[in-house]
Amino acid sequence: MAGRLIELPAPRGPLSEQLFEALVESPEAALGPPASIDSAEPIADEDLQLALYVAYELHYTAIRGVDESWEWSPSLLAFRAALERPFEAAMAELVPPAEAAELESVGAALQGIVAEDPGPPLSRFIETQATREQLLEQVVHRSAYQLKESDPHSWAIPRLSAPPKAALLEVQFDEYGGGSSERMHSVLFANTMAGLGLDPAYGHYLDRWPGVTMATVNLMTGFGLHRRRRGAIVGHLAAFEMTSSIPNRRYGNGLRRLGYGPEVTHFYDEHVEADAVHENIAAWDLAGGLAAEEPDVAADILFGARALLQIEARWATHLMGSWEQGETSLRSPLVPAAA
Amino acid sequence: MGTGTAMPHDQSSPTPSVTITPYPDGPYLVRGDFVVRDQAGNELQTERRTIALCRCGKSRIRPLCDGTHKLIGFKAPSSPEPWPGA
Repeated sequence: MAGRLIELPAPRGPLSEQLFEALVESPEAALGPPASIDSAEPIADEDLQLALYVAYELHYTAIRGVDESWEWSPSLLAFRAALERPFEAAMAELVPPAEAAELESVGAALQGIVAEDPGPPLSRFIETQATREQLLEQVVHRSAYQLKESDPHSWAIPRLSAPPKAALLEVQFDEYGGGSSERMHSVLFANTMAGLGLDPAYGHYLDRWPGVTMATVNLMTGFGLHRRRRGAIVGHLAAFEMTSSIPNRRYGNGLRRLGYGPEVTHFYDEHVEADAVHENIAAWDLAGGLAAEEPDVAADILFGARALLQIEARWATHLMGSWEQGETSLRSPLVPAAA
Repeated sequence: MGTGTAMPHDQSSPTPSVTITPYPDGPYLVRGDFVVRDQAGNELQTERRTIALCRCGKSRIRPLCDGTHKLIGFKAPSSPEPWPGA
């Protein structure tokens, strides 16, 4: 298998236009600051989220026609920071500050946070009602993250001290297949995509992902890349694991209802069993362990957990809202509508 | 170990070959060189280094945990519970 390589997507506005025009030039020719960012809703802003996603992709993948040195170009990083600021501010508005009592036991606080998931019942809908096309759309959205599953959280590894680092590695080792590439979760997801007749190539569906889908990934990449947000990326992982096993059982059931076999459902069935293990390690040993080591970041751990639930709720609301209107939840349908 | 309060990543005491840790309101995590067999001697197939055994009784993949304890409000501490009236 060759290394990751994506194509530059089509721009969606002035920010992504400015960025993509610069990226095909030499990094010596500096990228200027963005003209203006006046987004009413940065979380669902097509242009801002796409520009941020591609700026972050420089850390994950080669982009055809783009010099790899752009990754650490000071002008690129300044441009990226200008995109991050309104997104971070919008997330901070959505997430209430942690209460003092919650900081006394971060593990218990996380249990309380995930028990009040603000999102619509997407996994139940997929389990019982979704059409094949809707199910394929959900998989295409998720490929924005799942084909690099766990990578955003791995940025945190060198930032943690011994006990929480050991806990993170215990989770990540299993996520990455326990030393066996065919068990790697990103590989299992690619198998599921192929079994559904979708293209499992990394980044293949980039042009179809709406801004809110890329925002779910930009959130964790931003938390992962900034050391100052090490609490948030840990809280994000804990809440992700804690809200995974039950929805994944439902996704697997949805696929079985539509007649798909174990080669397609394996990714989901594996996550039921795996995340029932990971959620405990992530909540108590990783998040609780980090809070014990660094009490100053305890509030940010809970921020990361709440931010995940909020952004996932917006994403799920977008999918279900589109489907209720009889529309595709992607930027363009997977199967062109009959004329 | 044996007090139930040692963290699973605590390296201060000698490491036994298998560790079983009850997690708060959750499953038993089993780490180490273990085998799970049913009464007929059939081995539970798992490639996972750490497994979670159901503690609430309601999992649909028993003896493994599937997260159902969160749906039923299962409560249990990590440390041993005191004898009633103790």
